[in-house]
Amino acid sequence: MTLRGDVIGKPRRRVDGRAKVTGQTKFADDIVLPRMLHAKLLRSSVPHAKIVRIDTSKAAAVDGVSLVLTGESFPIAYGILPVSHDEHALCRDVVRFVGDPVAAVIARDEATAERAMRLIEVEYEALRTFASPDDSLAHPEPRIHEYGDFGNVHKAVALQFGDVDAAIAGADHVFDDLFYFEGNTHLPIEQHATVATKDQDGKLVVYSSTQTPHYLHRALAKALSLPAAHIRVVATPNGGGFGGKSDPFNHEVVVAYAAMRLDRPIKICLTREEVFYCHRGRHPVLMRFRTGVTKEGTITGLDLQTLLDGGAYGSYGVASTFYTGALQTVTYDIPTYRFRGCRVFTNKPPCGPKRGHGTPQSRFGQEVQLDKIAETLAIDPADLRLNIVQPPDSLTANFLRVGTIGLADCIKKVVDRSNWRDTFRKLPLGHGVGLACSSYLSGAGLPINWNDLPHSGVQLKLDRSGGVTVFCGATEIGQGSDDVLVAIVAEVLGIDPFDVRAVTGDTDLTPVDLGSYSSRVTLMMGNAAIQAAERARELIADAVSVKLEIPKGRLVFADRRVFDAEDPERGTSFREAVRLAEAKFGTLGTTGSYTPPRSEAKFKGGGVGPSPTYSYTAAVVEVDVDPETGWVTVPRVWIAHDIGRALNPTLVRGQVEGGVYMGIGEALMEEQVFRRLPAKLSHALVHKFPSILEYKSPTSLEMPEVFTDLIEYPDPAGPFGAKEVGQGPLLPIMPAVANAVYDAVGVRIDSIPVTPEKILRALEAKAAGKAPRQGPASFPDIPWPETLRVTPPWAGGTGRADNEPARPTHRRVDAGIEARAAGITKEARS
Amino acid sequence: MMRLPSYRYRAPSTIGDAAAWLAESPTDTMLLAGGTDLIPNMKRRQQTPATVVGLRGIAELSEVRDGDGLTVGAGVTLSALVHDERVRQQHAGLWQAVAQVATPHLRNMGTIGGNICLDTRCTYYDQTFEWRKAIDFCLKKDGDVCWVAPSSKRCLAVSSTDSAPALIALGATVRLVSATGTRDVAMGDLYVNDGMQYLTRRADEILTSIHLPEVAGWRSTYWKLRRRGSFDFPVASVAAAARFDGDRIVEARLVLGALASCPLEVPAAAARLAGEALTDELIASVADDAYPLAKPMDNTDFELVWRKKMVRSLVTSALRELRGDDMRQARTRLARHPLLQVS
Amino acid sequence: MKLRLTLTVNGEPADTLVDPDKTLLEVLREDLQLTGTKHGCELGECGACAVLVDGVPLLSCLMVAHECEGRAVVTVEGLTEDGRLHPLQECFADLGAAQCGYCTPGILMTAKALLDREPHPSRERIREALSGNLCRCTGYQQILDAVEAAASLTVTR
Repeated sequence: MTLRGDVIGKPRRRVDGRAKVTGQTKFADDIVLPRMLHAKLLRSSVPHAKIVRIDTSKAAAVDGVSLVLTGESFPIAYGILPVSHDEHALCRDVVRFVGDPVAAVIARDEATAERAMRLIEVEYEALRTFASPDDSLAHPEPRIHEYGDFGNVHKAVALQFGDVDAAIAGADHVFDDLFYFEGNTHLPIEQHATVATKDQDGKLVVYSSTQTPHYLHRALAKALSLPAAHIRVVATPNGGGFGGKSDPFNHEVVVAYAAMRLDRPIKICLTREEVFYCHRGRHPVLMRFRTGVTKEGTITGLDLQTLLDGGAYGSYGVASTFYTGALQTVTYDIPTYRFRGCRVFTNKPPCGPKRGHGTPQSRFGQEVQLDKIAETLAIDPADLRLNIVQPPDSLTANFLRVGTIGLADCIKKVVDRSNWRDTFRKLPLGHGVGLACSSYLSGAGLPINWNDLPHSGVQLKLDRSGGVTVFCGATEIGQGSDDVLVAIVAEVLGIDPFDVRAVTGDTDLTPVDLGSYSSRVTLMMGNAAIQAAERARELIADAVSVKLEIPKGRLVFADRRVFDAEDPERGTSFREAVRLAEAKFGTLGTTGSYTPPRSEAKFKGGGVGPSPTYSYTAAVVEVDVDPETGWVTVPRVWIAHDIGRALNPTLVRGQVEGGVYMGIGEALMEEQVFRRLPAKLSHALVHKFPSILEYKSPTSLEMPEVFTDLIEYPDPAGPFGAKEVGQGPLLPIMPAVANAVYDAVGVRIDSIPVTPEKILRALEAKAAGKAPRQGPASFPDIPWPETLRVTPPWAGGTGRADNEPARPTHRRVDAGIEARAAGITKEARS
Repeated sequence: MMRLPSYRYRAPSTIGDAAAWLAESPTDTMLLAGGTDLIPNMKRRQQTPATVVGLRGIAELSEVRDGDGLTVGAGVTLSALVHDERVRQQHAGLWQAVAQVATPHLRNMGTIGGNICLDTRCTYYDQTFEWRKAIDFCLKKDGDVCWVAPSSKRCLAVSSTDSAPALIALGATVRLVSATGTRDVAMGDLYVNDGMQYLTRRADEILTSIHLPEVAGWRSTYWKLRRRGSFDFPVASVAAAARFDGDRIVEARLVLGALASCPLEVPAAAARLAGEALTDELIASVADDAYPLAKPMDNTDFELVWRKKMVRSLVTSALRELRGDDMRQARTRLARHPLLQVS
Repeated sequence: MKLRLTLTVNGEPADTLVDPDKTLLEVLREDLQLTGTKHGCELGECGACAVLVDGVPLLSCLMVAHECEGRAVVTVEGLTEDGRLHPLQECFADLGAAQCGYCTPGILMTAKALLDREPHPSRERIREALSGNLCRCTGYQQILDAVEAAASLTVTR
């Protein structure tokens, strides 16, 4: 049987394109159900306090109010990671940031709910407010959470791969640089919304703008003590996600509970301000990179420390912490490596996974440091990188398996396309170019809840109508997952994508897919879809082969027909072929599933970083910098992405350009920052400007022209060779901008965003004969835990730590989390 | 969804009716023109009038009349001004100012009268009720501390109108109509450096029209500082207008915007410019005159130190443009918009 | 107190009773069930709710519904004619200009107003006309491509 590639690799209208341009895509807030009520959350007005008293009587008395809820109704904690189930739908005893939900009102309309919400009286007893990592490190008490490694440190990890100290000591040059990456947020244009209802059987149905219906399903079952089998979660198409809709959220749990209690549909749609409080965005990260380099520009060792401001809850934070150190080795050959990462709690909205999850910050540091290394060694930064690209089919010092790697081609492509050799260090003052690279996972190798189950499942239904329906729990967040799913099935079965109906993101109807995060959908869902479709094709081929007396191996599925490769006239329509198969085998249905290969990283913490394959990107950014004002303009970006294979080049290009766009925003203007009012006058610690107007994101006028090249070497791990594209192309943009600014005006901006204020200050420092740099000046002393020492593969390591303490089995049971957390606390204190 | 508080809505069709209704209860009645300022403020509960008088139905407010200068009805939309060739040709400073307001949609809605009366802005004030509650409110609304400078006796919210500096530079006057009479006020006299009482317009008055005097010999310009080429309010701006006789300036006005609670005229600059040709040295010394007047506070986008530094660049650019230099590239760089084509 | 409001919406009369504090956005989405018009801030800061009022793109979140009395409103649901997609819709769908699709209705309406007035806008002109519509997915490039393509389609028709 052969594939013709009629669908895969061709630019096509996405299958849900028509719905999206006619306004027919039903987002969560577009759902209206009979007898529907509306919910509003009262959020904490103080950053850190004990709740002394809540009086809801005035709110409950308002005409049109059906129910007022407080934390009393929500005794059970939940959270996305099993190690940090630290959230309650409504705060019970303590509020941890301005915006933390305290109470909920359910009323006949939103305006009534809002009016009643303002009548709820809450008395708080202020606790010390932690506004920064320095605060949290300096003051272990009061603890923002009772769990965590120690004091207000949520997580501190230390890993070492080989004798990095000796390697750095033996280097020709040691570069020791500090970087800072300010926090920023996803800013999806759709505000989170959820509709919950009790169905006719008395079961809970939740429609929500979530990227992870499976995890929401689990969280609801736990938080509401309902059997998971009695809960249906439907992920509505997300109006933008970028990681911001990947946690189970308070409002989802609240309306689910209220719908069950009132037996009426309940809707909530957050305001823009509330979306800023949900956050889970980019962690602010302080970094120290100590790198040993030979005079030829190869790296002998890297010693990396990161400090993450986690905000008030765990979210994905433990994973985020490891991710700040996981992927350094995947791009470049780094034979010895030490990574130490620390995440602290502060009284701000929780940080979590935003496009690139934990890796953009340290990618920024690494790529800017490489630019400095190249400058010092007088090597072209492109050549420096080409010389140290990690080889294909290799195992990194931290036991990550690199398969195909098109990074060198990406670098060569952007160097060529941007005319780099004639521009770098050759443009007049105020004009510059910068280069940076990156890599990203094509799906996390390990699930969030460690188990041996498939990460993605696909079911296929075919019947005598010739119709094909494909079912998968994957979630459409704009990236085109429905299109990938349908295209793969259509390609394998030789039919048109519009012949296939997709049912996705519905825990009642679709097999589990873990969700739209970690760039996992195309690879994992895609492989599962190939398996399901090939199994269906096998059945159809059996039936056609018998009926038409054509050897099975000669059958071709294409053009909505099944026919003899040697005599294309001999064959039958796809519809007739399905009918034959249904007659022969009975009702037709096939399944496919995908589980990533086991990682070779067996040490504690090795669960973050492994992936079936990695994508690679290189970018050259051109900037104009006005030396008088510091203003930066980005006219053009050249980017090459190692995609493996572009399944639908139109969508792939859209992901690349969208990643560049978001990278430009992060590089130049986006900041999730806070105001601490003078402590003697006020207890306030507030988001500086939770609005779309003041959270600056680029408009069409700020967007450069992007020249995209796709590097296509099909990767054996990916469906039809495809790797990820949703996240990787964002990553090189921020360092490339900073490097370009240096090329333009000779100042180093070692902190993101690269604002005109920072550039002008650096230029003034330069003019005054001081260090032409803006960036952090020091890295605090952190009481790191004992370093886990792992012998790298090249020195005969096994992937286990040499000094790893015995630890319990990976089977983590949710009910045991608190106990575990308490155990960790005891260890840390003893 | 953010929703409006409830109010009584009235839609008069004449200025007289509007003035009469406004006179009934001026302090808790607000005028609704384009709505681009008032509606967000009401949704955030910064303003909660009992009565809203919609002016959209008053045809007279949308008229533009030629003769003895240009008289523009207060209800003329910013887009209409952008598309008015008379404005573009003769009052370039005003055209540039309105062309840089917010976004194409907001210019389609917003009116020139509304932009002149734009509420002063502040990052402690332009926030929802819940946010403001978290800081215990501020002097301008529901509180008693100006968080921008807690020792300040007055509110330091920022005059953020683009059109006002341009109109002051152009010597415009506005007509204010109330149930008891009509008066014309020079644009420069319309504003007070107080974030709360920033207008000399009485609560019972309606701003009905703007008069731009004859322009023979005058050139004008407006330079705006903001993060993005769209959406953003100014964080500093400069309007300049000068009457030329050949290369020499006969008289000139220079006005700073978005650096205080009202537009700031720079009289020293005007004096220095009179009778002179615009040399680089003169431009530099005028920029020096303007610089100390700018006292930005930390209540807009950007660091205040940088905003203040930018005043020199803005003044220099404005005067160079008046001189006739080709400033198109500088405009894209400094003002984030080429201003070649505007919706 | 609810007041009578009479509009023409997508070419059809719409007669409703509406409180004076309702915006056009709320009336379209909640009273007329035209949920194709989206909202991202309700404060005039994102452009998602743009609709045409008498052919002019406005933000429905800032428009008091009663101020639209007697006027003609066109929403994304009114872009298709006789079951045929508007050239802008065809090009947006074909060229990847809609990713999540949430900002798309507002952008389509804004682009339609542009092409109605200027059938052959330059790329820079399109960029400027769409500068009040935030999109977080596409980086705008495929949107600009699609508007350009639609303009050329309109010409060849």
